[in-house]
Parts: sequence; structure tokens; C-alpha cells
Amino acid sequence: MRSKKRRQAQEVKMPRQAKRIRQEGRQNRVAGGGVKDKLIIYKDLHIRAWYSSLLRLGKTPFASAITIAVLAISIALAGSFQLLLINFQQLAGNLETSAPISLFLRENINENRAQILADSLRKNPTIESVQVISKEQGRALFKTFGSFGAAIDMLDENPLPVALEIMPKNTLHDNGQIATLVNTLKQRQEVDYVRMDMEWLQRLQAMMAVAHRLFAVINALLGFAVLFITGNTIRLELNSRQEEIMITKLVGATNSFIATPFVYTGFWIGFFAGVLARIIVALLLVPLSGPVEELSAHYNSNFHLLSLSIAESIKLIFMSALLGMLGSCLVLFNQLQKTNPQ
Amino acid sequence: MLKFENVCKRYPLTGDVLRGVSFHLQRGEIAFLTGHSGAGKSTLLKLIALMERCNSGEIWLDGQKLSHVKDSQIPYLRRKMGFIFQDYKLLHDHTIFQNVALPLVIAGYGHQETTRKVRAILDKVGLAGKEHKLPLALSGGEQQRVGIARAVVNKPPIIIADEPTGNLDPELSEEIMRLFEDFQQVGVTVLVASHDIALIERMRHRVLKLERGQLFSV
Ligand SMILES: Nc1ncnc2c1ncn2[C@@H]1O[C@H](COP(=O)(O)OP(=O)(O)OP(=O)(O)O)[C@@H](O)[C@H]1O
Ligand SMILES: [Mg+2]
Repeated sequence: MRSKKRRQAQEVKMPRQAKRIRQEGRQNRVAGGGVKDKLIIYKDLHIRAWYSSLLRLGKTPFASAITIAVLAISIALAGSFQLLLINFQQLAGNLETSAPISLFLRENINENRAQILADSLRKNPTIESVQVISKEQGRALFKTFGSFGAAIDMLDENPLPVALEIMPKNTLHDNGQIATLVNTLKQRQEVDYVRMDMEWLQRLQAMMAVAHRLFAVINALLGFAVLFITGNTIRLELNSRQEEIMITKLVGATNSFIATPFVYTGFWIGFFAGVLARIIVALLLVPLSGPVEELSAHYNSNFHLLSLSIAESIKLIFMSALLGMLGSCLVLFNQLQKTNPQ
Repeated sequence: MLKFENVCKRYPLTGDVLRGVSFHLQRGEIAFLTGHSGAGKSTLLKLIALMERCNSGEIWLDGQKLSHVKDSQIPYLRRKMGFIFQDYKLLHDHTIFQNVALPLVIAGYGHQETTRKVRAILDKVGLAGKEHKLPLALSGGEQQRVGIARAVVNKPPIIIADEPTGNLDPELSEEIMRLFEDFQQVGVTVLVASHDIALIERMRHRVLKLERGQLFSV
């Protein structure tokens, strides 16, 4: 056996040496750097890491599923807050436009002229309905204000002006449009005074601002949770594969070669958690949508429960995948420096 | 090829392990590194692999001063060496093929070239046809040959082996040494740490003996 091997070795000696020289050339290229070679190596490395990390997750289905479920719940929480905000905003928009505007006309305007004004206002495309309130109707209304209302009977003459009650169209979604309408109404010469209950609207807007702020804070906290959960998962994975990492380093692997599959593991965990979270959010809406539609019908409102749009869903999944990758990078960069082969 | 000059290594708790070690291995030379247990054989090899840095002195590998090698360059330097370990250090959830292919994958070889090289080297160490087995399905001697195949598949100019025959019977040990001689034939430098005196005597190669932190040529 020995002499045969010897002979073989000698026979191939010359071409082998030639090959080795060529190969050293290639090794140097690989190590030092033609840009094109490096790019090809990079591409291969990433494609390999991309699917090998996926396969590895599949090898421990139970552990992977638990991690992904925990992440998905955190992300779904963020998603539901967003959903809440979207719907709250829609509701607020509806309420804003469903507040009536009262126009008190000048004293010299009688009911006939008020009728003409009302007819012209009905042509305005941003107005849903106009109702004329005569002096008498006004008086009757006033009386319903309790003991103070009774005071009006002591006066000889009815001091109340003719008024119009205007309902804006509820296609008006923002305050700016309402303000424009109020301004055009003020400019009519028949109009003495325009009143709209703005105070509660402002309160609503303040509440919305608080909700937005709260949403941002909760989102940041949940983002950190996702970061740390993936980071910790990767850290455990690194620990259980110490031996493999040492060996790989000893045969010449760089830190980035070792880190790449772990970064992709973080990516996959985040990605699947994001998809699962989106499904959870969709499922949350199922029991809610029936009662909400019914409620909305009672109030004659055009409020419908909104779900996350496609763009918002993609953003959710993208963010969780990104956080997964960041979480693993965070751990990798301080762990791999420490892991030196002994 | 490999040159030690007055190399000292001290561990914080143990104290001096190597005190002024100097030697020179030519290209294509085989040498045994011997000495009693705890003499510092593994430590000396770790200095070459840059798993440890020496406290003073200088090591040259292929004309390169190891003290000047930056940490970020260590992986590229290690690709020029083949390491063989007493406990093989194979990846147990990878097949024989994947284990041997690892250095090539790391160095960025394409699929075809990798397959060709791995087949060729497995053939040479007598493991053709076992590519798809897992390491634990092989005998100790076979696993050691997988370790050797992995060390040499990328044709490194130097092979460093720490007790490569420690777990093997004399016959297998000799067979593995013959493999090293084959590599030596094509210009590879080989340094083997071993305290298998019988084997060392049979093989008649250069012997470097470590004793109380100093090196003696025998
Ligand atoms: N990481 C370390 N930290 C501290 N002391 C160490 C370390 N590694 C080795 N030593 C000490 O250095 C000395 C030499 O160890 P080394 O492993 O080099 O011996 P060896 O010649 O390889 O022995 P063996 O034949 O048993 O493998 C020992 O006394 C050991 O205790
Ligand atoms: Mg040792």
C-alpha cells in the first residue's frame, strides 16, 4: 500500500506543483481582493446563508415556533394599537363633520329671506342639509332650557333672530374643510353670527395627539422587545454551536462568514413573526366587525371597521424582519469577538 | 518555511511554558515535536495558529512575521495551514463531504471545483464512497483521515498536527504518518506533536524535544 501511494504521489508531482502555483494565485485573489471575485464570493455566501438558516430553523421546529409566537404576539400588539388608532381617527373624522353649524341671522331678516338663503345654501356641495328655525321655533327651543328658558316669556317681544341649522356633508374629513365652510357662511351679509361647538372638537384632537404619542412610545417599547428576544435567541444558538464556530474559525473563516447565517436566522424569525402577527391582527377583527357594523348602522354613520392596508401590512412585516436582523447583529458583534479558538 | 526565534510564552497562572524556543523548518521537511505531557507542545502549535500570541521572540511563517499579523488577517493566514487534532474536531451534523469541503467553501471556491477537490482528497485518504456518511458512523481511524483530508484539501504549504495518532493503534498510526510523507513529497512542511516514542523511532524523521520550556534537537 505504501509503495503504491508513493508512486502515485511521484507520478502526479509535477502537474500538482504547477497546480499549486496557480491555486496560490487564486487564494491570494480570494484573500486579498479582486472586486469581482469578492462580489461572487459574497453572493454565494449570502445565498447559502439565506437558505441554510431557513433549514436550520426547520430542524428545531418546536423551539423556532415558540420564539416566533412570542415575537408575533409582541408585534401583533403593536399592530392592534395601530389598528385602534386608524379606526379612532376615522371615527373622529366622522364626529367632526357630524356637528351642526348654527347661523343666527341679522334681526332685519325675516323668515322668507331666510328661506331664500337656505335654498341657495343647499346648492353648496359641502352642505348636507339646511333647516330654517323660525323665531317661534327658536322660542320653543329656548324654553326647553329649564327655569332660565322661562324668562323669555316675561319679555313682550320675541328677541330671538331667525336661525339656520346646517349639517355639513360627512365626506368632509378634516378640520380645514370645515373651517373654510364656516368662513364662507360668515361672509354672507344676512348672517349675524355663526356658532359651532368647536370646544369638544379641540378636546377630541388633543386626545388624538395623546393617542399618537402613546402609540409611538408603545411601538418603541415593543420594538425593543423584538430586538432583545431575537438577540437572545441568537445568543443561545451561538452558545449551543460554540464548538462548530471554533472549528470553522480554525479552518480560516472570518467573523462575517460565521455571522452571516445567524443574521439571516434573525431575518427569518422576524419575517415569520411579522407574517404571523398580521394574521393575528386580522383574526382579532373577526369577532369585532359584526357588532361594530350594527352600532354604526344605528347611528346612521358611515363608519366601517378598517383593517391594516397592504402597505401597512408590508411595513409591519418589513419592520419585524429588520428588527430581527438588527437584534442578531447586536449580539453577534460582541459575541464573535470573544469567541477565540483555544 | 517556519522559523521560531527565541520565542517565550507565559500563561498568567501557569507561568513560563516556553523559554526561548528557536528552530527552523525548511519547505518540505517533516519534524516531530515531542516532550512529556505538559511540556508545551500544544502551546507551541497554538502560537503558529495564532490561537495564542507569544510574549517575546518572533515567529516567521512563509516569510511573514506573525507578530505583525493583525487580528482581522488571522483567518486568511489560517487558510495557508492545515490543522489536525487528536480529537479530530469534525462537525457532527455535517456529512464527511461537507466537513472536508468546509475550507474550500470558506475560501470561496465554486461548487464544481469544491466537489472535484473533495472527491480527489477523499480518494487519496481511502474514504471514497463514504462522502455522505456522518462522522460518528466512521471508526476513529477513518474520522482522523477525514480530519486530515480537511486539513490538506486546500493544499496548504504547512500541516500542523497535534497528537494525530493519539487514539489509534500502531498500524493505523503508521499509515497516517505515511500519508504525511506523501504530502511532504510534494513540498508540504509537516510538524507533528506526539509522545508516541515507538512511532517516532520507527519513522526516522527530525525530532524536536521540548523540555522545561526549552527545545533540543535529537
Ligand atoms: N490557556 C491556558 N491557560 C493557562 N495555562 C495553560 C493554558 N494552556 C496550557 N496551559 C499550561 O501550559 C502548560 C503546557 O500545556 P500544553 O497543553 O502545551 O502541554 P502539552 O505538551 O501539549 O501536553 P500534552 O502532551 O498533555 O498534550 C501546561 O502546564 C498547562 O497547564
Ligand atoms: Mg497537547
